[in-house]
Amino acid sequence: MAKKAIVGRKIGMTQVWDDQNRVVPVTVLRVEPARVVQIKTALKEGYDALQVTVGFKKANKLNKPEAGHFEKAGVEPGRDLVELRLDDISEYSLGQEITAEILSPGEKVDVTAVSRGKGFSGGMKRHNFKGQGAAHGNHKKHRAPGSIGACATPARVFKGTKMAGRLGGEQVTTLNLEVVASDFEKELLLIKGAVPGPKGGLVVVKNAVKAVAS
Amino acid sequence: MNPTDLIDRENLVSGIPDFRPGDTVAVHVRVVEGNRERVQVFQGVVIRRQGVGVRETFTVRKLSFGVGVERTFPIHAPTIAKIERVTEGDVRRAKLYYLRDRIGKAAKVKEKRFS
Repeated sequence: MAKKAIVGRKIGMTQVWDDQNRVVPVTVLRVEPARVVQIKTALKEGYDALQVTVGFKKANKLNKPEAGHFEKAGVEPGRDLVELRLDDISEYSLGQEITAEILSPGEKVDVTAVSRGKGFSGGMKRHNFKGQGAAHGNHKKHRAPGSIGACATPARVFKGTKMAGRLGGEQVTTLNLEVVASDFEKELLLIKGAVPGPKGGLVVVKNAVKAVAS
Repeated sequence: MNPTDLIDRENLVSGIPDFRPGDTVAVHVRVVEGNRERVQVFQGVVIRRQGVGVRETFTVRKLSFGVGVERTFPIHAPTIAKIERVTEGDVRRAKLYYLRDRIGKAAKVKEKRFS
């Protein structure tokens, strides 16, 4: 599990120049300070985790259970509640603010977000099927998957066969992205490469679990 | 305003001269050789300008020892020391790809004349 984690919101992609004047494609994240609302422990909840909130929400927009939850922690109500599972939660206390400061440029991170929903998609888009020929008498089957199994044996389609269906809208983690810059004052974090999810989407950034020690 | 402008603004270069496809420009490029830095000039016809903001690029075409050479620069690249407009061209389109198929005098862009 990760040692440290922060919550951000995807702003969009752009490019910056590195010290050797090369172009670096970056995703810009807004990382507002996250406030710890609840500390889950192995004793009570069965696992160690932090529940944090980001953003702000007006008191009149809260329902009673939400209001009570925030009040119990003595934390200003936030827009989202996110759970961060970490190795060691003993250093954290209720109401503590976690900022982008914990990540420094050059560090490798894993980024988790809910990918863009693509709806019901065919095999070519969903599983990178090849499709079929454009010519040679093909008629209205250019993007069809082809055969999905054998004949009388087994006389059925195997479970889990790749076919058309719902694509996207699921949790995706991109591993080993590099932190390019961390602007604490502007609450911005620049990560090299693409990050899953739409602009404005909630993103969890953790230090890379599979990073190769350099 | 774009959401990423906050980052982009710092990387924009000011003082870029006004130039368009068809113009002949001299691009002064900083070249690092070992630990020495010198300026190299790439002069030719602008055949395309593409993109917006920090992502904007332009392509310069020139003939080098009879071989056509095209080089694309990010307009806000820190390696560009200076862009000089040498002549203004008289062209009717934004992308001058037709110059690639022409040789000799036909590959020349007419200079703009002001009456």
